[in-house]
Amino acid sequence: MERDELLSKMTDAVINGLASEAQTLARRGISLGLEPTDIIDRGFVPGIRRAGELWETGDYFLPELVSSAEAMKAAMAVLQPELEKSGARKENRSRPRVVIGTVEGDIHDIGKNLVAALLAANGFEVHDLGANVNPERFLDKALEVGADFIGLSALLTTTMLGQRRFLEKLSEEGHRGRFKILVGGAPVTGQWASDIGADGYAENAVAAVSLCRKLMGERT
Amino acid sequence: MSAPLLPALRPKVELLSRPFIEQVIDEAIVLLGVHGVLVENEDALALLRDAGQDVEASRGRVFIKRELVEQCLRTAPSSVTLYDRQGRESRFVGGDEVHFDPGSAAVTILDSEGAKIRRPETADLVRFVRLTDALPHLHFQSTGLVSGDVPEAVADVYRLYIGLLHSTKPVVTGTFRVESFAPMRDMLAAVRGGEKALAEKPLAIFDACPSPPLKWSRLTCQSLLDCSRAMIPSELISMGMTGATSPVTLAGTLVQHTAENLAGLVICQLARPGAPVIFGGSPSSFDMRKGTTPMGAMETMMIDMSYAQVAKRLRLPTHAYMGLSDAKVNDSQAGLETGLGAVLAALAGINVVSGAGMMNFESCQSLEKLAIDDEICGMAYRLLRGVAHREDPMAVPLYEAVASDTNFLSHPHTRKWYRQEHSFPSLADRDTYDAWVDLGKKTMADRAADRVKRILKEHQPALLPDDGLRALRDIMTRAGRKQGLMSLPLDRRAEK
Repeated sequence: MERDELLSKMTDAVINGLASEAQTLARRGISLGLEPTDIIDRGFVPGIRRAGELWETGDYFLPELVSSAEAMKAAMAVLQPELEKSGARKENRSRPRVVIGTVEGDIHDIGKNLVAALLAANGFEVHDLGANVNPERFLDKALEVGADFIGLSALLTTTMLGQRRFLEKLSEEGHRGRFKILVGGAPVTGQWASDIGADGYAENAVAAVSLCRKLMGERT
Repeated sequence: MSAPLLPALRPKVELLSRPFIEQVIDEAIVLLGVHGVLVENEDALALLRDAGQDVEASRGRVFIKRELVEQCLRTAPSSVTLYDRQGRESRFVGGDEVHFDPGSAAVTILDSEGAKIRRPETADLVRFVRLTDALPHLHFQSTGLVSGDVPEAVADVYRLYIGLLHSTKPVVTGTFRVESFAPMRDMLAAVRGGEKALAEKPLAIFDACPSPPLKWSRLTCQSLLDCSRAMIPSELISMGMTGATSPVTLAGTLVQHTAENLAGLVICQLARPGAPVIFGGSPSSFDMRKGTTPMGAMETMMIDMSYAQVAKRLRLPTHAYMGLSDAKVNDSQAGLETGLGAVLAALAGINVVSGAGMMNFESCQSLEKLAIDDEICGMAYRLLRGVAHREDPMAVPLYEAVASDTNFLSHPHTRKWYRQEHSFPSLADRDTYDAWVDLGKKTMADRAADRVKRILKEHQPALLPDDGLRALRDIMTRAGRKQGLMSLPLDRRAEK
């Protein structure tokens, strides 16, 4: 009973976007000897799923959705090391992995943050490199985590060029086939994405999630 | 004996009380002193350090003291006067004067058929500039389109080049790259007859956007420094998005907006005291459902009108992105949002109002919308002229003359005043229903498309003198070659 109540509190903490509460509950779960995978799958994931549903039905707006994603992230910060300790994570490839960042020379990250938050909220494993990220860092991280997607954001017409440069670098170094490359940002269009040979473009964060799902062949 | 005529009241709208304005300014200055602002430019940091400001070296954060802000506000001019390409006609940017110009730097254009958007090319830029040149209510032109047929790295220089070639109107522009300033300044100076002449009679305004919250990037700082040193007016375009990159309350966003612009103003004045600075912006209400930045939102317009009041209190010229829409085609939303924005901007007395022609969150230009918006701007100007006291008495004697049949149509008084009192639209439909049917049941957008075609066929912008043309082409060619553009698109077409 106490265990079920704890799990349902975890779910609520994510639905309500309470990051520190989610973290406290995650710690309590570990100290009570619950399996980290149980805590995630039966405690926190139902919460993020419910938040996603509330978004879909139009009850949740971005502040609620992003808060839920933040709560999920806070809980995972506690649970990730536990998972690694138990070794349960190693072959688990069920969550698609995304490396995301704003390209070199560009410090705008609001759009990218939204995409990262929404992807995380929808069950993607998101590695956010922040803003002003050079091509080497994108590639190194993507290789390191075995990314499925690399998301390149740019707000300026000039820094947009960094998206093309990254794709050229990938091809030159023979890594192009490994990742799906997604581009986004205010000046970016579907035409630009196809001109530079990217795999996809989404106009906003919500569309980015659907795009990733589509490209994964609904694997999520 | 007739009494002296009463002056027309200038219609005006204010959203903030005096104490409200004072608190916004005070909190902005506190924010700059306590939280500081990130300045990612060594040259600007050195100026701030020399002026005795605390700089947190590792992150480039500067804490700007109240005394410096106040000192810089004293040296910044309260107005700037722009001159057309010939240096003849002048436009005063200050007080409650209002000048409309097209929304700037669209990356797409709505096809004339209104069916799809695409990347603009040189021919689109030329049409856009020539149309702007002809439209009477747009006092300035803007480098409104980013051309897709030149390398991106030289697109900023190129759009100014096309603008100066095809219109005499002063230009609202800006740099995409630090390296672009020099060729852009050289073009302006070449047209004006030297850098000194350019400083005396400014031809262009350069927009520079801080990155919310509270950050000035290397590029935008450099634009401020370069412009100030050349006495080219900088337009500070703070652009917080409520609840995303600035506080969610309109008041909170106003504080951040004021702080960012004041930091920009300080950088400008340290580079050269007395350099012209326009307090502008492109903030927006952030849509919490769509994650977009609607420029047509009433809250966006309220933030614009409010910071303009703050700027007026600081005795600075003002600018805003108003009179534009987020609609994707020329529909009711396009007219509604543009009409509200243009009229409210005019009532707020904003000096430079950028937005005409623009749709889809400041990303798409439409020639047809530009023509429609010109008519909207004309209506706003009519509103600003107010209700005039033409004659005294106003009406009583008229009734004596027409007493027999009260027919005003044939009265000399009607003929004397009707053209000054009333305006006649080029595009709005005032036909009877049957006449409208006979003319092909056209929509406003259809009529706008006809007008655009006619203007582009008939309007001949004043040409540059040969030496000016040559100088401009040389500068453009050199800048293009550095970016791998071996010949200019117009030359290529001429060769064919």
